[in-house]
Amino acid sequence: MAHNHFLVVGGGLAGLMTTIKLAEAGHTVDVVSIVPVKRSHSVCAQGGINGAVNIKGENDSPEIHFVDTCRGGDFLAHQALCKGMCYAAPGIIYLLDRMGVMFNRTPEGNLDFRRFGGTLYNRTAFAGATTGQQMLYALDEQVRRHETDGLVRKFEHHEYLGMVRDDSGTCRGAVVVDHRSMQVQALTADATMLATGGPGLLFGRSTNSIINTGSAAASAYLEGAVYANGEFIQVHPTAIPGEDKLRLMSESARGEGGRIWVPRQKGDARAPRDIPDAERWYFLEEKYPRYGNLVPRDVASREIFHVCFDMGLGVGAGMQVYLDLTHIDAATLKRKLGGILEIYEKFMGVDPTREPMKVFPAMHYSMGGLWIDYERTADGFIQLDSPRNHQCSIPGLFASGEVDYQYHGANRLGANSLLSCVYGGDIGARAMMAYAAGAKAGHAELPASARDAAASKWQGRLSEIGRMQGPENPYSLHRELGEWMNRNVTIVRHNDKLQETADQIQALMERFRKINVLDGAAWANQSVLFVNQLWHMLELGRMITLAALRRDESRGAHFKPAFPKRDDAKWAKTTMARWSPAGPQFDYEPVDLSLVPPVERKYD
Amino acid sequence: MTTAFVDLKIQRRDSAAANPRWEEFRVPYVPGMNVISCLLEIRRNPVTRDGRPTTPPVWEASCLEEVCGACSMVINGTPRQACAALVENLKQPIELRPLTKFPVVRDLMVDRAKMFAALKRVKAWIPIDGTYDLGPGPRLSAGEQEYAYLYARCMTCGCCMEACPQYHGGSEFIGPAPLAQVELFNIHPTGAMNRAERLEQILGPGGITDCGKAENCVQVCPKEIPLTDALSNLYRAATGQWIKGLFRK
Repeated sequence: MAHNHFLVVGGGLAGLMTTIKLAEAGHTVDVVSIVPVKRSHSVCAQGGINGAVNIKGENDSPEIHFVDTCRGGDFLAHQALCKGMCYAAPGIIYLLDRMGVMFNRTPEGNLDFRRFGGTLYNRTAFAGATTGQQMLYALDEQVRRHETDGLVRKFEHHEYLGMVRDDSGTCRGAVVVDHRSMQVQALTADATMLATGGPGLLFGRSTNSIINTGSAAASAYLEGAVYANGEFIQVHPTAIPGEDKLRLMSESARGEGGRIWVPRQKGDARAPRDIPDAERWYFLEEKYPRYGNLVPRDVASREIFHVCFDMGLGVGAGMQVYLDLTHIDAATLKRKLGGILEIYEKFMGVDPTREPMKVFPAMHYSMGGLWIDYERTADGFIQLDSPRNHQCSIPGLFASGEVDYQYHGANRLGANSLLSCVYGGDIGARAMMAYAAGAKAGHAELPASARDAAASKWQGRLSEIGRMQGPENPYSLHRELGEWMNRNVTIVRHNDKLQETADQIQALMERFRKINVLDGAAWANQSVLFVNQLWHMLELGRMITLAALRRDESRGAHFKPAFPKRDDAKWAKTTMARWSPAGPQFDYEPVDLSLVPPVERKYD
Repeated sequence: MTTAFVDLKIQRRDSAAANPRWEEFRVPYVPGMNVISCLLEIRRNPVTRDGRPTTPPVWEASCLEEVCGACSMVINGTPRQACAALVENLKQPIELRPLTKFPVVRDLMVDRAKMFAALKRVKAWIPIDGTYDLGPGPRLSAGEQEYAYLYARCMTCGCCMEACPQYHGGSEFIGPAPLAQVELFNIHPTGAMNRAERLEQILGPGGITDCGKAENCVQVCPKEIPLTDALSNLYRAATGQWIKGLFRK
């Protein structure tokens, strides 16, 4: 078999799964990651991974999982990819189990499963409340094994800057910078995968790690890749506020029986345990008797926002509600939710097994991302040997994981993200191999001039940033961007506020030119790197805001009070954004909804 | 205690070759703030306490909720995660230094590559046949899962290595974190098939017998991993393995 050489950018679940699949087939892989791959943001995923293994005698099936996913996404996802993912899910969970992921067990020693949002089935496998960490470690270990065998070469503490392209515009690798030596180099490959995660930092504080700038995706967009459905931003209903970040309190807390409530009486100053049941308003259970506290995230976040902001019923008249676990016995909580209880206790100084947690929604996930293609079979599955799968609008460039836009439509169901990362990495790797097998020329035949041109473009960019000596502090500009995005481009959206935000971002882009880079060092200069990322965040933030402004309907996480209904006739379409010097250009592409016909989304 | 400001003292170093120097900072106090929030504030206004502009200190961080292991540093003399270090629990000025058992890259950033290399040496993985569909993994009791999960949470943060008196530049000792991973993979039903191979790796110089039983590691582990239990189990197992080796000769 011919041996190819591939490049994977990003060492989270999607990137590592891609790497394992490629190395297992005997190919060599370069893995580029800002942090040692074991520290990637996937570690923050808490609650679990979905798969209809059906061990609880509920007659669950991949088909029901598929329908739940389409409906949870408010009918915006291309359905063949969702179908492929849901049918592959039980096998993926078994694979992770074989790799040694310490999933919780039933008394008989089988994998245990719990409830999650947007479904009525126990479909979520979990490892305490640190499932993402445990899965990432298992993949990290497998990659280390391939690294020991000489198939994988890691470039940790390296960051993606842009593409290497040939005369035809095909992506033939990437330019990366070493975070320590600041050396810029071009890495060539027969196909390149971007698995660089989401853009949480655009929103200032979010549940994301601080490495999640979206900079790589934004760079690809600036270099011509189409970015799709950028306006679909998931706000998680339950996080704890912090000065540096908003820490996630997993949906699994509600999956294990946690209840959301506020005192019925406005400004009730009593301690929560002194408020009798009859004087508590379990508003999700009351409004959604069938799904209760496990309505999808967009629904729960809107309700919490409404109760606190519009009705003024938040705990202590503030922006918070109770997430109550105190009725569940402490040993069970420790076994199933230990990780998040520790986080709450450590950062808030309160034991959540004794006192209800105080939580509020926080930006969490981007459903949108780089546009990717796919090829379906007649019966609605994915043609697995097609090079089109997960390929971006730029030939030779692929995307998987949160950075792509597929699978989750207008709202992602909890515990589907870990699944989409592993599935996307798997079928993305197969597509890369199919693409390389059919390519006319390999990476070794690329003229050195193409490599050098790309490297010197980015070398020039970093040098230019290194000379910026104006009055503006880049970290303060970033905070301002985050404040605008968080205020106006999250749970509730109004067109006048979106327009104002877009204008303000343009003003920030003007001020960007007057930045002071703060640091002149030629070694480990984080400020230069951040300023480069900041420009990308501004471009991405502007595009996301304008995409939200244009979509006059309400669908999943995108909610406009002025247009409260989903409008399938006009908007059952993917938003496709292309960068231009005059600002983002938008057009729209129909979505294949032929497998699960759209219905009104109801959870009450 | 209410306070308007937080005072910090940060050890700066331009590179591994440069001499360390101290810089002092004062940032506005916000309730609930941690060391990371202080460092973020300094970046927004990189001026020392006596009014001199300086470069933003360089440090590593990622998740900010103590699951990634990136932001290890020595805070008031103790190796720990900066994200979980709440200002209200710390004596001021809060003194920040890089970990000392790893080469400094710049300021508070160190190079922990040798910890990852150690994971290669001890073969810290399950040697699966392949990623194709081979059905479910081996059954485990809930008790076995709970025990293994303790060790599976190791973030490779390096705090235990920093605290270990046997782990330093002049020694070959592999350190507590990678040893505990041997325990993890040796108790997994599939991992146990290569138990002997992993034990061989920790028998010789720098292996389990270099542990001085100071038990500092277990006291600083941010995940409260029972490192000393793993080490004593391994000590017994490795001795058994060594005796087996004698008979084979």
